[in-house]
Amino acid sequence: MTRVLKYILYDILRTRFILLYTAFLFISTFGLYQLDSDAGKVVLSLLNIVLMVVPLVSIVFSTIHFFNSYEFIELMLAQPVKRSTVFLGEYMGVACSLCAAFVTGVGVPMLLFGINANALTMLYTGVTLTLVFVSLAFLSSVLTRDKAKAIGIALLFWLYFSLIYDGLLLWVVYSFSDYPLEKITLVLIAFNPVDLARIIMLLQLDISALMGFTGAFYQEFFGSYLGMVLSTLVLFIWIVLPIALAQRIFNRKDL
Amino acid sequence: MISIKQIDKKFGKLTALENVSLELQTGKSYALVGPNGSGKTTLIKSILGLVIPTSGDILFSEKSIRHDWKYRDKIGYMPQIGHYPENMSIGQLFDMMKNIRGENQRSDEELIDAFKLYKMYDKRMHALSGGTRQKVSAALAFLFPAPVYILDEPTAGLDPISTEILKEKIIHERRMNKLLMITSHILSDLEELTSSMVYMFEGKVHFNNTIEQLKHETNEVKLSKALTTFIRQKELVASVSEV
Repeated sequence: MTRVLKYILYDILRTRFILLYTAFLFISTFGLYQLDSDAGKVVLSLLNIVLMVVPLVSIVFSTIHFFNSYEFIELMLAQPVKRSTVFLGEYMGVACSLCAAFVTGVGVPMLLFGINANALTMLYTGVTLTLVFVSLAFLSSVLTRDKAKAIGIALLFWLYFSLIYDGLLLWVVYSFSDYPLEKITLVLIAFNPVDLARIIMLLQLDISALMGFTGAFYQEFFGSYLGMVLSTLVLFIWIVLPIALAQRIFNRKDL
Repeated sequence: MISIKQIDKKFGKLTALENVSLELQTGKSYALVGPNGSGKTTLIKSILGLVIPTSGDILFSEKSIRHDWKYRDKIGYMPQIGHYPENMSIGQLFDMMKNIRGENQRSDEELIDAFKLYKMYDKRMHALSGGTRQKVSAALAFLFPAPVYILDEPTAGLDPISTEILKEKIIHERRMNKLLMITSHILSDLEELTSSMVYMFEGKVHFNNTIEQLKHETNEVKLSKALTTFIRQKELVASVSEV
């Protein structure tokens, strides 16, 4: 496993994309800290980057990487190497490098300007979201043989979780506003990893006024602590489930 | 050594293999022959576990390969079209393969020397010609001594001198009592390299016996003649039917 992983990491580092991504995150975080002296506001502005950019970059980069290393995968599978070793090696390689890029890009400016619990939660949410979207990217990669189609599915995942789902949720809440929807909305939120990440962050920042209807109810229902544990657990399922499903499909795939 | 038990493989509506059963024994060399698209490569890929049969089973040394992967270190495989990480150099590729196999595996670099590949160790894979790529594939297939060698069109695209080098290597391995399986469309090569023949047509095995037997059955001296006579007798001509 470590031998295979070594070559995957080596391959990813050579594309330089990871370095660009790190630089982008570093510059935007650094810039935000310079624009605003209030660390709390900076984290809030950063939240928007994390919730939009991190999932997008993670899912698109992972899908492209998977198809670019198809030759490597093919070569390895003719060798005495387990299919799951190759597949999980790819996952770990991509996930580790994207997480490292995020932690360095966002974490270093945070260290420079003073790190606190809010900043740490930010890093934690970013890493979890990266893992979730890399997982989804691998799922979309094994669903089809065609690179363009796979990237399409990946973008659809991103669009769905970042924009469409929230719209649908609002529509449901609005149309059925005569009914007590609180608990149902809580359940519905668990179906969107981006919403979960947002809630973790907002619970930490303790600004329920900004969280809108569901966020406020979430906090009232669970309290900050339990709410965070629960969201983390559900996010964990969001990491494991897609990659486990993808692995199952990959094990039966013809090359 | 390898027994293929009634495997079927369907790609959607297309049937690539239909009820294929074969016994491949150590010490024999098999020529796998058939027209394009008759399922030769699919069969080979099934043995390697790259393609998973729809039904049926393949046993390697009496063990099912279904969930096994270790058996692959007993197979040297040369693909028809070698796909390699494009931005790796030849030297890095060989190093990687040795590294993945582990330190304690002794390697056989005879072909690397014979093809003079060490002179091009810095060349990247995307800059290679088709023939050089084929040489790399061949050298990789024989890099680790194995009891089974599966070669998918080994001499396609090689220059005459390299073809001779590769053929000598194959004959050398054949003398060491190994199981060889070779597909090719060059029958004169197969006549030199193999003793048994498996003829496939539209996903089915139509002949599985020694080449001598084929020549005897058809009363021909040359393999190419014998094969064409056999095909004519059995009327194994592509069925031109409207689908």
